[in-house]
Amino acid sequence: MDFVPAVARWVHFMAGIMWIGLLYYFNFVQVAALKAAAADGTAAGITKHVAPRALYYFRWAAVVTWLAGAALLGSQFVPAFTLSKGMAGIGIGAWLGTIMLFNVWGLIWPNQKKILGLKPATDEEKNKARRVAFLASRTNVMLSIPMLFFMAGGWSHRALFGI
Amino acid sequence: MKNPLDSLWGTVISGVVLTAILYYVVRTFLN
Repeated sequence: MDFVPAVARWVHFMAGIMWIGLLYYFNFVQVAALKAAAADGTAAGITKHVAPRALYYFRWAAVVTWLAGAALLGSQFVPAFTLSKGMAGIGIGAWLGTIMLFNVWGLIWPNQKKILGLKPATDEEKNKARRVAFLASRTNVMLSIPMLFFMAGGWSHRALFGI
Repeated sequence: MKNPLDSLWGTVISGVVLTAILYYVVRTFLN
């Protein structure tokens, strides 16, 4: 079973890059692009063809990232989440990633379904959904910054943590 | 007060500040 941590780390990185890469795409590219596209009447190209595909890989990459991360922690899963001695750094990273996963499935995806017309909603509900999804997405960008700091806290961080 | 998450710079700066706070907490209380 020695290969499990290696495969878990590999999958965790690949899925994590897809998840956070798409999160940054939404926030750094698509939000501004949609605003410009709405002004010249071309937003449908993005909302109909790009956003649903990006959201599909985004939300499932989040699940795979979390599961591979849990497999990678293995017997250290509980010590990490209880912020035990020596595990607090990765534990904070794991908690931030978990909060981000809940933001994806609990706030971003249910509201995006209304925005993209995959679930019936009035204009007022769509406007509210836009704001909630936007803020949840921006919250995840904010959380990704400390999450990556603590997740990537390897030997390079030894001076910072007094090791 | 404007929500810092409404701008990309506000979001990134908030993330860096949160990193510094969490680092201090881990280094001081949990390490």
